[in-house]
Amino acid sequence: MWIVAARCQVLIPVIIAASYKNIVTMAKIGVFICHCGENIAGKVDTSRLVAALEDHPGVAVSVEYKYFCSDPGQESVKRAIRENNLTGVVVAACSPRMHEATFRKACAEAGLNPYLCEIANIREHCSWVHTDSDMATEKAIDITRSIVEKVKLNNTLHPIEVPVTRRALVIGGGIAGIQAALDIANAGQEVVLVEREPSLGGHMAQLSETFPTLDCSQCIMTPRMVEAAQHPNIRLLTYSEVESVDGYIGNFKVRIRMKSRFVDTQACTGCGDCYTKCPVKKIPSEFDCGLGKRTAIFTPFAQSVPNNPVIDKANCIYFKNGKCKLCVKACKFDAIDFTFEDQYLDLEIGAIVVATGFQVQDTAMYGEYGYGKYADVITGLQFERLASASGPTAGKIRRPSDQKEPQHIVFIQCAGSRDPSKGVRYCSKICCMYTAKHAMLYTHKVHGGKTSIFYMDIRAAGKGYDEFTRRAIEEDEASYLRGRVSKVWEENGKLMVRGVDTLLGRPVEIAADMVVLATAMVPQPGAKEFAKTIGIGYDEYGFYNEAHLKLRPVESSTAGIFLAGACQSPKDIPDSVSQASASASKVLALFSKDKLEREPVIASCNEATCAGCWGCVLACPYNAIEKKDILDRSGRLVKQVASVNPGLCQGCGTCVTFCRSNSIDLAGFTEKQIFAEVMGLS
Amino acid sequence: MSEQFEPKIVAFVCTYCTYAGADLAGTSRLKYAPNVRLIRLPCTGRISPMFILKALQKGADGILISGCHPGDCHFTHGNYHARRRWMVFRSLLEFTGIPAERVKYSWISAAEGVKFAELINAITEDIRALGPFVQYHGLVEETQSQVSL
Repeated sequence: MWIVAARCQVLIPVIIAASYKNIVTMAKIGVFICHCGENIAGKVDTSRLVAALEDHPGVAVSVEYKYFCSDPGQESVKRAIRENNLTGVVVAACSPRMHEATFRKACAEAGLNPYLCEIANIREHCSWVHTDSDMATEKAIDITRSIVEKVKLNNTLHPIEVPVTRRALVIGGGIAGIQAALDIANAGQEVVLVEREPSLGGHMAQLSETFPTLDCSQCIMTPRMVEAAQHPNIRLLTYSEVESVDGYIGNFKVRIRMKSRFVDTQACTGCGDCYTKCPVKKIPSEFDCGLGKRTAIFTPFAQSVPNNPVIDKANCIYFKNGKCKLCVKACKFDAIDFTFEDQYLDLEIGAIVVATGFQVQDTAMYGEYGYGKYADVITGLQFERLASASGPTAGKIRRPSDQKEPQHIVFIQCAGSRDPSKGVRYCSKICCMYTAKHAMLYTHKVHGGKTSIFYMDIRAAGKGYDEFTRRAIEEDEASYLRGRVSKVWEENGKLMVRGVDTLLGRPVEIAADMVVLATAMVPQPGAKEFAKTIGIGYDEYGFYNEAHLKLRPVESSTAGIFLAGACQSPKDIPDSVSQASASASKVLALFSKDKLEREPVIASCNEATCAGCWGCVLACPYNAIEKKDILDRSGRLVKQVASVNPGLCQGCGTCVTFCRSNSIDLAGFTEKQIFAEVMGLS
Repeated sequence: MSEQFEPKIVAFVCTYCTYAGADLAGTSRLKYAPNVRLIRLPCTGRISPMFILKALQKGADGILISGCHPGDCHFTHGNYHARRRWMVFRSLLEFTGIPAERVKYSWISAAEGVKFAELINAITEDIRALGPFVQYHGLVEETQSQVSL
C-alpha cells in the first residue's frame, strides 16, 4: 500500500506537469466577438478583432455576430463548441456582471464545463468609454488576447453545495420588518424578529393619520403588531440588538444582545402599577418626540407590543443611589429585578432582512428657522404626535409653548431635503404628502384655522396622491406659496415668517402661531457602523445599497441579506410594505431549496509543500483556514499544514498572496492564470 | 512632428468595487484615455507584488492598484492587507530602483464611475509625463548577465 502511495507522490507531479503542458499546447479556444448591435461594433473594428484573434496561438474559432446573447447567438456558441471540441470559450462582449452567467450556462448545455468560459469586457471597458476607434480596437484586441491566455489555464470546476438553514432574521420591528416577518412566517418558515426599542411599531406607530386615506395609523398598525407577536412561527426579541453576523448565505451565525429590561416578561402582566408609582416623571418621551413626558420605568406607548415596561437605567433613582424601589413594591407579581443583566443569544440563520428604518434629520443647521430656539417651531413628526389621539395633547392641536390653539400655521417644505448646501441632496419623498395631510388634519380639528405652505415643487406621485393634495387645496383651503423661507423670528407672541412667493414675485411676511418643518428623512444614527457589522454596502448618506437599483432593488450586495423599508431610501408606507413583501418572497425562494449552489472560487492548499507558517490563517477574514495534522502510519504527528474549509472560504484570495511557499491557490484566479493574463497583454 | 507617447498601464482591480466602478463609467458613457488594461481579481488582497513586477517586466509603463474604500471591502478587510503590502512593497521598489510614482494606488467604489474616468485620465497624463519605462529593461539585462557569469 505505501509503495503505491510513494509511487503516486512521484507520479502525480509528473502527470500534472504533463497535463499542464497539454492544456497550453493543445488548447482549442473559441473566441466569440459580439457587436452588441452598434454598442461595440460602432466603435471597435470587429473584423480586425476577429482577424487578430484568428492568428492567436491556441484559438480554433474566431467569429463575430450581432447579438451573441440572443437565442440564435447562444445556439451558434453551442454548435461551435460541439463541432470543434473546444477546450475553452472567450466571449468578447459586455461586462461579465451582465452575461457571464448566460454564456456559462450555454457552455454547460453544450457539454463544456461552465468555468472554462470567460468574458472579455470590450463594451463597458472599451467601446463605450473611448472616442478613438483605432485605439479602442487595439485595446479590444489586447483585452481579448489576455483573456484567451487566461482561459487556456482555466480548470474544470464544479459548484459547491451548501445546506440552507431555514430560519430568517428580520432586523427592525417597524411596518417593513413586521410585514416581512409575517409574510415569511405565514409561508410556514421560522422567523426571528429583532427590535432595538422596547416595543414593535417603529415610526408608523407614532403617526396620527396616514395619507391618502386619512385612516388612523395605530388602528391599522396595532393588529399587525399583535399578529407578529402571537405568530407561532415568529420569535420576537424586542429591546435587543444584533451584535455580529458571521458566515454566508444560508449559513449565517448571528449574535444577538438582549438588553436587560429589569422586568421579567414572563411574570409581568403589563398592569402598569409600576410606572404609575415611579417618582421620576419628567423625562422627555422619545415616542412623543420630546413633547410628552414619561417615567423611568415605562412602556413607550399604550399599545406597546409586548406590553412589558423597561427601566431606563440612566434616569432610574435606584441605579443612581441604590434607593427608591417604589416600582418593586408596587409590582404584585415580583416581576422587577434590578440584578438582571444583558443576555446573548447565538442563532443559526439562513437569510436576513434588514428593515432598520430612518430618523428625522436634525434641523440645527437651519438656525434661521429657529428650531430649538422657539418652542412652537416643530418638526413634522412632532406635529404627528400633536395630532395623534394617543399623543401628549390627546389629539388636540396645541402650541407646545403655552398650550393655546394656534390660529395660523406655516409649513415649510424641503427643510433639509433637496438642499445640497445645508441639508441632503435627495428628495425625502413623503414630505409633500404629509404636509398636505397636516394642513388637512389641522383644518379638520381647528375650524377656521389658516394654513400657509411654502413649497419648492409638489411631488405627489402615487395612487390617490395628487387627488389628495388637490383636496387639501380645494376643500381644506390650504394656501400654497411657491418659495423659500429666509427667516423665522418671534414678535409680540407671534412667529414671524419671512419668505418669498416666487409666483407673484414678491416677498411675504406671515404672523403665525406655529411653524412646522418638513424635515428630511435620513438614515438611522449608526447606520454605517451597523452596515459594517452585518457586511452590506451603503451610500454616502448611510442608506443601504441595493444590488441593482432597478433590477435587484431588494437585495443587498451581500448574498442572503435583503433590504426592506426606509433603510434603503426614503419611502412611504405602501412602498415599505411592498418592499418588505418582496424581500420575504426572496427569502422564501432561498428557503425553497435544500441546498444552495455556490461559486467554486475558493482557495485550496497543497499539503505537500505547506510548511505550516500560518500566514494564511492570519490573513483569512473568515477563519476558513484550519490547522490539519499529518500523521504517519503509526499515528505520529509528522507536520501540521493549512487546510481550507470550503464552506467558509469566500474566495478573496488574500491567503494566496500571503503564502510564502506558494502552496495555496485560488480556483478561478490562480497565480498561473493571472500571470498568463498579464503576459497576454501586448 | 513626433507622435505622442502612449503609455501602457495595467490596472489590478477588485471585482466588487473598482471593476464595477469601471462598468459604471461605461454605462454612463464617460470618456477616458484608452491606455489602461484591467485585470479583474476577486479582491485587492489577492494582488501579489509579483503581478506588478510581471506587468512591468512585460513592458507596462505604469500600474494602478484599485479596490474598495477602507471599511467597505466585500471581504471585510482584504483591502487593508493590500494597503499594508503596498506600503512595504513601495520601499522595496525604491530600493530596487523602480520609481514608485509609476505604481499608483487608489480607492474607487462601485458608485464612483466619474472618479474612475478622472483617475484614468490623470494617471495616463502622469505616466505620459514620466515617459516610457526603460529602466526595468536595463535591470533585466543586468540580472541576466550576472546569472550567466
